[in-house]
Amino acid sequence: MIEKDVTIKNRAGLHTRPAAALVKLAAQFQSEFFIYKDGFEINGKSIIGVMTLAAEQGSTLQLKFDGSDEQQAAQAVVGLFERGFDEV
Amino acid sequence: MGQKNEIVLHGIPASPGIIIGKAYVFAKQAPRVEEKSIGENEISLELERLQHAVDRSEKELLKVLQLTEQKVGSQKAKIFEAQIMILSDSVLFGSIRKRIQNDLKSAEYVVHREISKYQQMMMNSSDEYMRERAHDVEDVKNRVIRNIQQEKLISRFEPNSIVVSEILTPADTVLFSRNEVLAYATDMGGVTSHAALLSRSLNIPSVVGLKVITKHVQVGDTIIVDGYTGNVTLHPTEETIARCIERKTEHEQFETRLKEIRELTAQTMDGKIVHLSCNIEFSDEAGNVHTQGSTGVGLYRTEGLFLRTENYPSEDEQYAEYRAVVEKSRPHKVVMRTLDIGGDKVVSNSTSEDNPFLGWRGIRLLLDRPEVFLTQLRAMLRASAYGEIWIMLPMISGIKEIRQSKEYLEIAKKELREKHVPFDENIKIGAMIEVPSAAILAGEIAEEVDFLSIGTNDLIQYLLAVDRGNEVVSSLYQEFHPAVIKTIRSIIMEAHRVGKPVSMCGEMAGDPIAILLLLGLGLDEFSMTPHILPEIKKIIRSVSCAEAEEIANRVLEMKTEDDIKDFLRVNLHTMVPELLLE
Repeated sequence: MIEKDVTIKNRAGLHTRPAAALVKLAAQFQSEFFIYKDGFEINGKSIIGVMTLAAEQGSTLQLKFDGSDEQQAAQAVVGLFERGFDEV
Repeated sequence: MGQKNEIVLHGIPASPGIIIGKAYVFAKQAPRVEEKSIGENEISLELERLQHAVDRSEKELLKVLQLTEQKVGSQKAKIFEAQIMILSDSVLFGSIRKRIQNDLKSAEYVVHREISKYQQMMMNSSDEYMRERAHDVEDVKNRVIRNIQQEKLISRFEPNSIVVSEILTPADTVLFSRNEVLAYATDMGGVTSHAALLSRSLNIPSVVGLKVITKHVQVGDTIIVDGYTGNVTLHPTEETIARCIERKTEHEQFETRLKEIRELTAQTMDGKIVHLSCNIEFSDEAGNVHTQGSTGVGLYRTEGLFLRTENYPSEDEQYAEYRAVVEKSRPHKVVMRTLDIGGDKVVSNSTSEDNPFLGWRGIRLLLDRPEVFLTQLRAMLRASAYGEIWIMLPMISGIKEIRQSKEYLEIAKKELREKHVPFDENIKIGAMIEVPSAAILAGEIAEEVDFLSIGTNDLIQYLLAVDRGNEVVSSLYQEFHPAVIKTIRSIIMEAHRVGKPVSMCGEMAGDPIAILLLLGLGLDEFSMTPHILPEIKKIIRSVSCAEAEEIANRVLEMKTEDDIKDFLRVNLHTMVPELLLE
């Protein structure tokens, strides 16, 4: 299991488009992927869940990956956050 | 067929005409969901129903998405993209399937419970964006549930239907107007709501304020909409249908007779000529100027152009539209009203206000947004090279707004002159009188401008403090309130004192029973929805100005609207007996 902290960098936060990109990317991996924010736990492969997070610019999320390809999953997902979902 | 009893619902007639047709229910209300247990042997059937409903919902949403992209623009269409993504959320539907199997509950109940959780979380957010997303989530939920219940929701509007809905927003009306809508019938709305105005300008019969029609009508039911009386008949008997066809024919014959006077002047029997002109919203409607026998456009509402596009239309887009209106109306003039957004005419990016009718609308918005105002003025000026345009300023409440507007007009003229763009140097500018303060200052305002135009719809609601769209108080909205009549008289007298003409472009100018009174008060121009124009001309040609003045003087002594209306109705009936008054 891998845990990582990430910060939302793009201005609009985790709105629909970034949420969709995140879910799409996460779906490519076998590993389970959960996001924690303010005491909420959300399945990172669920678009409705990620939308519900309402994560705005500057907020910090904890990511948890668990499964056979957790290394690759963590690397890809954290990379997407660091690039600000390519819309910074 | 035939097993259901005939029901007649009474509403407010908003646009004339009688239509018999099939209903298309444009439902926005949530489907009912009850907690229902299922047996273990029903699990696979329940899962199948769920899958079927999800697939169907996706298909429907793809269609809506496509339609919205075409008609409204890709920005608005994004809402539906998000909804489609939710439908393919495998985590969400995975847990829904698991719950159906483990809890042994019906698919619609589990869908309702699971999706509502997310919806609730979003609703609780302090972020407005999130709360809006909650509505998207609710829409998806309701769509899936409706499809599980296999209630027939036709995602694509069937042409040649009568649209039945709770309420029609201006955007809905515009969208439907591109399809072939036979008639509208809605639960909410008053006679002067924007949707009612729009249906009238598009010549689509409509009845509003029916309160409960969406609860009684289902898709495909035969209904009769009578836009003259405001009655809507559900499950009509053969006898009722026959009677309606008869009435419809009667009206059509009368309208044919009216066409015969189309080419004649609107002149009273004792020789006074008045101008009868059209209220229009789209350039397509400008053809009515000639077919209805009018003397031009007395009110061209420019908002239609702004509501159809996502952002403010460019100067060139506006110019093309205005030029089309002017060219179609030649040799007659076109009175163009500058953008009057606000109140019930809301654009997508407008800020929300507690009291929009008393808020940022009309000239107030334009003076705060000089770039929007100047763009529109330049477009109008450029179009004035192709025909006569009078510019009309909405929501004027005092002299300062007029002076500022005239300064902007001079700036716009100067810009065009510098670029050697042709325009009418003597373009006329006028003020709408619709705010009580402007009515009181009518004489002073008339000195500053070339003409006045009374916008009765807003004037009446501001004068009487009645929200015209609120059906609880809409009966207090009285065109013939003595205060309204005295105000109109004073506006006309004050403008005439300084030699300026007065027109009226509100509903009242097209109300048959108001014509004698307005004529008697000295109104110079009546601007109305085009379809009623021949009937009004018929009235003008059947009476004398002297008689009208006498009637107006009698009315000015009366104390209640009921007395005034009765008196005017009786007189009209005596003087023009062939009118079909409802």
